[in-house]
Amino acid sequence: MTAVITRPDALLYDGVEWDYDKIKRVYDAIEHIALKEMGLDVYPNQIEVITAEQMLDAYSSIGMPLMYKHWSFGKHFARDEMMYRKGYRGLAYEIVINSSPCISYIMEENTMTMQTLVIAHAAFGHNHFFKNNQLFQQWTDAEGILDYLEFAKTYIAHCEERYGHAAVERVLDAAHALMSQGVHKYPKKRSDLRTEQRRERERQEYQDQTFNDLWRTVPKTAAGPRPAKSVSERKKLLGLPEENILYFLEKKAPRLEHWQRELLRIVRHISQYFYPQKQTKVMNEGCATYVHYQIMSRLHETGQISEGAFLEFLHSHTSVVFQPEFDDKRFSGLNPYALGFAMMQDIARIAEKPTDEDRQWFPDLAGRGDGMAAVREAWANFRDESFVLQYLSPHLMRKLKLFSVRDDAEDPYLLVDHIHNERGYRDIRKKLARQYDLGYLEPDIQIVDVDLAGDRKLILQHRVTNGVLLDESDAKAVLRHIANLWGYEVQLIEVSAISEAILKEHAVTAPSGIGVG
Amino acid sequence: MNIIDRRLNPQGKSLANRQRFLRRAKEQVVKAVRDASGKRGIQDIENGEKVTIAAGGVREPSFHRASQGGVRDYVVPGNKEYVEGDTIQRPDGGGGGRGSEGSADGEGEDEFRFVLSRDEFLDIFLEDLELPDLVKQKVKQSESHTLTRAGYSVSGSPANLNLVRTMRNSLSRRIALKRPKRDEIREMEELLREAEESGEDAEQIQALREQLERIVLRSRRIPFIDPIDVRYNRFETVPKPIAQAVMFCLMDVSGSMTEHMKDLAKRFFMLLYLFLKRRYRSVDIVFIRHTHEAKEVDEETFFYSTETGGTVVSTALEEMQKVVQERYPHNEWNIYAAQASDGDNMSSDNAKSATLLRDAILPMCQYFAYIEVAAEHNMGLSALGRETELWRTYKQVQSPERPLAMRRVRSRREIFPVFRELFSREKAGA
Repeated sequence: MTAVITRPDALLYDGVEWDYDKIKRVYDAIEHIALKEMGLDVYPNQIEVITAEQMLDAYSSIGMPLMYKHWSFGKHFARDEMMYRKGYRGLAYEIVINSSPCISYIMEENTMTMQTLVIAHAAFGHNHFFKNNQLFQQWTDAEGILDYLEFAKTYIAHCEERYGHAAVERVLDAAHALMSQGVHKYPKKRSDLRTEQRRERERQEYQDQTFNDLWRTVPKTAAGPRPAKSVSERKKLLGLPEENILYFLEKKAPRLEHWQRELLRIVRHISQYFYPQKQTKVMNEGCATYVHYQIMSRLHETGQISEGAFLEFLHSHTSVVFQPEFDDKRFSGLNPYALGFAMMQDIARIAEKPTDEDRQWFPDLAGRGDGMAAVREAWANFRDESFVLQYLSPHLMRKLKLFSVRDDAEDPYLLVDHIHNERGYRDIRKKLARQYDLGYLEPDIQIVDVDLAGDRKLILQHRVTNGVLLDESDAKAVLRHIANLWGYEVQLIEVSAISEAILKEHAVTAPSGIGVG
Repeated sequence: MNIIDRRLNPQGKSLANRQRFLRRAKEQVVKAVRDASGKRGIQDIENGEKVTIAAGGVREPSFHRASQGGVRDYVVPGNKEYVEGDTIQRPDGGGGGRGSEGSADGEGEDEFRFVLSRDEFLDIFLEDLELPDLVKQKVKQSESHTLTRAGYSVSGSPANLNLVRTMRNSLSRRIALKRPKRDEIREMEELLREAEESGEDAEQIQALREQLERIVLRSRRIPFIDPIDVRYNRFETVPKPIAQAVMFCLMDVSGSMTEHMKDLAKRFFMLLYLFLKRRYRSVDIVFIRHTHEAKEVDEETFFYSTETGGTVVSTALEEMQKVVQERYPHNEWNIYAAQASDGDNMSSDNAKSATLLRDAILPMCQYFAYIEVAAEHNMGLSALGRETELWRTYKQVQSPERPLAMRRVRSRREIFPVFRELFSREKAGA
């Protein structure tokens, strides 16, 4: 690391109060460390100071600065507000948005040390991750997102005016229920949100221009039996099987109107935007935590923050990366901050000071030097699942005392099947990686068949792994939403992924008086 | 880097969403609110309320795995004594609660809890109710004034300067008087400089110089903003009528009134108070209780202290008349009264009560509600058609042009329907 000329008395700030000058000074010092010493690469930063109230607002609209209106956001707001007011839960210190410029919200009531921490964490840690991780590069459009949300908000408000609140709400409810089933998991074409807006306008204009009332008067052909196509040909024409249910409904649902399709499209785009974030919780938080830890330590080493400030930082840092053990009252799963931070530190350690065991497990990584470059590489190229699979070391498994438990509903007991020993390392690593694999966590549901020429019944299939079925009442409610959009009967079949045996069937009949009618 | 202070941005961005949510959950919220109202004292009912509603109507379903059944693997930290192959007693709740899988974003909940603001609470509570169409909007002198915008004026305080109007006047004046624009002057200077540099025709330079002087002078003579351009927002003070109301609660507290009956009465009074409070900025309450004699008391005594004695209703009416004369002149106050009784009265007093009510009380009241409370199980007598003394007495007084309403209430459940019946909008419109 390059040496910085320091004077012991050159404190960036003193005391707890913050002001814009101090923030500016701190920002410059952090920027120097982050870009020059750590080699981070970030979007331009925009820091916005907000009140607690506004933080609650931001919470409820899934962290975005602007969002269309929907009752579910109001519901979350009502709950968060109560939790906060009654003191059950504090607020986050910051929210950061994956956009360019990268917007970080900081709260007015934070102390100066907290603001410093937040700037290091959000404006450099998360920001670097957003800009460099391949998932984000592939899936999200940081430049376009805010404009697109603006478009979505206006479009939906416009629809509400034109078609009524109830009609819009109905479509949005259904779309929200299918949000997790509204992403393309494999890239097709790079979506550019700016183009999306333009295309929507063009579609509308084209429709307006080519409208001809005469078509209404053309007599309908008698509904006779048409030549039946073969099942495989039919599926191919519709692009089945399709796991992106929202996409399928948007494109193929026979009774939706243009604006309803557009609403589905909006929800789908937003869902797609958040898809990388869902897959990189551990890495994203690990990256930000590692960055703020390095920066704060460096600021302290070079005498730019006081001992008191550093202690305050350590206090909140340790509570952020605290991992309760499984038998602790406070335990609620692995803390992504704790795991992420520990793994980043571990990677740097392996790169710089490997043990023999590390050399054996990570021949490419061990002893290559420059730990910072090694973690930067990891941040760029992995997602949680592959990251754990690649980098979780025996050293860390021992440190966290990880063990795996098998819970088979048929047995009266839980079985400890692996612990942190020579025999268990690889299995524990594999199982932990799986816990972060969205493809494994979320049920595998696909649209498998529909006969558009016949009864138009939409058939979905859930491939059941490990015998865990869908939650029945929720599944039924979601199917009802699908039926509302599709306009005809919908059926969901749960089949075993191994034996292809049908385990359970759910069906919802066609809704009455829906859509164009 | 940019720092932006957003603290002054409009607050309550979520308000629209919140209203949508309340609309959505309306049925359940209404029910929760009405249940909640039973538990509170009269005067503090109007504070906000934490309501709990069933999650049903506001559930956000999604496809997710059930929390029971099948085979699941968890990796957890903090192993102490386990070795491979150990078995662990299944923890309560079927083991679904461990590991990071949990239930997907907490949707398994059956209840949803949140806080309603005071206004939201009352809006829902008193929805569709209207006061009978007889409000005296008595203007109390010199009580309050409000400012309303009233056009523009040429004088005023700087704080009220109307920039748009001012600039518009200034612009039109400048155009009308052909004030040279800054660009024109600059252009002319440029021309002059070029001419001077090229050292050409001295005459032309002279001409240009004079021309420049002329337009500079002109622009100086015609000011950018002239005092005659300036406009201020004008405000006018408008007197604001204040309607004030007083509510009389009359109750029989003789031994025959049980706790149950008093509870019913209290609920009714509470509703009436709330309702008036919504319509009037200030509502006074007067509590008058009576046995064979009547007394004005505070709320606590009114509801909770016991008294023994006979029952003479006219004493309470007299007391009310006295209080009105002393403190609430009926041409200045909107007077509402609610009387609760089990219907007992000394027979010798009936005629007197009726006369008092007809000739003194009703003429000065906006509304007089008589609520006859009965023991819950005691359906018998009155249900069979035997009316109580007081009921019969009041019934004689009742006529379409008199603001007297009479209802019988037997159980808690009936309170709200009866109240709604008395004040529902259709009735007020009729």
